[in-house]
Amino acid sequence: MKDIVEIRWHGRGGQGAKTASLLLADAAFNTGKYVQGFPEYGPERMGAPMTAYNRISSERSTVHSNIYEPDYVVVVDETLLSAVDVTAGLKKEGAIVINSGKAPEELRAKLHGYEGRVCTIDAGKISTEELGKNFPNTPMLAAIVKVSGVVEPEAFVKDMEASFKHKFASKPQVIEGNMRALKRSMEEVRIG
Amino acid sequence: MSHLAKDMTPDVTWRDITPGCNIYEGGTSQVVETGDWRTMKPVIDWDKCKQCLLCAPVCPDMSIPVGKDGKRGDFNYFFCKGCGICANVCPFGAISMVKEDK
Amino acid sequence: MGIRERLSGNEAVAYAMKQINPDVMGAYPITPSTEIPQYFSAYVDNGEVDTEFIAVESEHSAMSTCIGAEAAGARAISATSSCGLCYMTEMLYVAASSRLPITLAVCCRALSGPINIHNDHSDAMGVRDAGWIMLFAETNQEAYDNYLQAMRIGEAVGLPVMVCQDGFITSHAIENIELEETDKVKKFVGQYKPQHYLLNKDEPMAVGAFGMPAYYMEAKRQQAQAMIDAKDVIRKVGKEFGEMTGRTYGLVENFMMDDAEEAIVLIGSSAGTAKEAIRQLREQGRKVGLVKIRSFRPFPSEELAESLKNVKAFAVMDKDDSFNAHCGPIFAETSAALYAAGISAPKGINYIYGLGGRDVRVDSIKHVFSQLDKIVETGKTGETYRYLEVRE
Repeated sequence: MKDIVEIRWHGRGGQGAKTASLLLADAAFNTGKYVQGFPEYGPERMGAPMTAYNRISSERSTVHSNIYEPDYVVVVDETLLSAVDVTAGLKKEGAIVINSGKAPEELRAKLHGYEGRVCTIDAGKISTEELGKNFPNTPMLAAIVKVSGVVEPEAFVKDMEASFKHKFASKPQVIEGNMRALKRSMEEVRIG
Repeated sequence: MSHLAKDMTPDVTWRDITPGCNIYEGGTSQVVETGDWRTMKPVIDWDKCKQCLLCAPVCPDMSIPVGKDGKRGDFNYFFCKGCGICANVCPFGAISMVKEDK
Repeated sequence: MGIRERLSGNEAVAYAMKQINPDVMGAYPITPSTEIPQYFSAYVDNGEVDTEFIAVESEHSAMSTCIGAEAAGARAISATSSCGLCYMTEMLYVAASSRLPITLAVCCRALSGPINIHNDHSDAMGVRDAGWIMLFAETNQEAYDNYLQAMRIGEAVGLPVMVCQDGFITSHAIENIELEETDKVKKFVGQYKPQHYLLNKDEPMAVGAFGMPAYYMEAKRQQAQAMIDAKDVIRKVGKEFGEMTGRTYGLVENFMMDDAEEAIVLIGSSAGTAKEAIRQLREQGRKVGLVKIRSFRPFPSEELAESLKNVKAFAVMDKDDSFNAHCGPIFAETSAALYAAGISAPKGINYIYGLGGRDVRVDSIKHVFSQLDKIVETGKTGETYRYLEVRE
């Protein structure tokens, strides 16, 4: 497994981190990769911290364990930074992507001396402006794709458009909103 | 290989016994004589019997035959186990239980 | 060519059920197998299958439903986990001894207590003597493939089949999978044509007879023969499946065992993690290998003896404890297999591991091999009954 990319998602129960990890697996799958997308279930209460994982590779990974030394970490809820050691094991060649309106350097202090790239994306703001509701999944997904390059960005945009068209066939305004959110997020993610 | 119930005797081998001891025919109890379980035997006094037919449906072994004419006949002693329920329900004391004399 | 997809283990099993379109499903939900009847009931609702879906009030009733349906001449299925499987136990024995080839999907989960929803094999191992054929999957692909083969195997020998996968680890993880076209699946699985069945108006039948001591042993000996015969049927069906898909199955999978001096024996999803550990150790020149048991019932005694006869040391890993102050069930049966074959040179130890969802990492497997190294170096086996990665 020379080219395997491992990603860990941190969210709270009900925020869609598991769904986002599955969407990323879908996007990578659709560009020909081998994927794993799986949640680590806890007590499963709304609001409780939870973790989900992705392995993405060009050869099948047979490993069935959680991920302890991820290449990337995605934090769907900024308040988790003080509750969970989100950078535990995170490779410094990798990056952490945080859902926040703050600049990356403002958050670095909370990351236990993490030396790699710190990226922020205001997923809540983008989602509210483009979709009228706080659905951070699409912006977070776009941001991690942009930062990690785990899926080729152009192919990713095309694939997401096809999947939105399939999912929201009767609601064209939702398709357009999601696509705007997606493209904006890829542009607006701040890499520090 | 026979799968008939009559061939499932206590000397049947494990290869020949029916899978799951399942039984592939109906009415197999007809060949089993339960009358020899009896220690007490019901006897009917036809003079007292009013043909009310309360006895026939309570018999657990269907040993009280009822004819097409709607009247009960004598006991089927091949199956009757001598439980005495018929004697107990008879309102007219027409059935008495006597010691089996084999 | 198969169809490239990505599905969770539960989705894969529900999809296999849809392709087979069985006659009856009796099911009661329990984590982590709930999604299987949930997805399948949607297929029923959408008219994609014409299965009679019977929602019952307990697992005991779910299995009773299957028994009645299968005895009637229908193909019956269910799915369960953990205490749900325990609650089915009484009826599992009835299904097997009545020789009814029901198919049961099991997402293996720990038993209480403490209460735990995560994976180990306590549930499946608890019913290992119920008389069911038990196939275990490493991946979502194997869960799907085993399900497609289950009815062919069970119906050939007249025994019910459990298709087991690891709760959450494969049941809830999305991975790539290759699906087969539905017409090929239908042709492979075929129709269920029982010789005797309750709804045959031309042949009255009784199921569930009373067996006196004069008959009971003969009935059980015949049931035992069906399990012995299942070995060849599993091999034959696995080979035929391979001809269709390119994925051939036997009772075990030997991974890098040809020249192995140290080996691990285990069941289920941790086999994939063990394979990665073995690849890494092989890169360092270490002669290590894995024997993955696919068919736990019937138990692959000849295969294990053949695979292990030349190793210096082996570790059998049980995701379950028998609490017999001695060892887990797979170690007990593996040791018996070696003893019966007259093999005594390899030194064997037992690890109880992964209970209640304790994560099994590549390093966990490497640790086991490091312990085997010590045994080979010193010639001393030491304690055979060990717990892996428990805090001291």
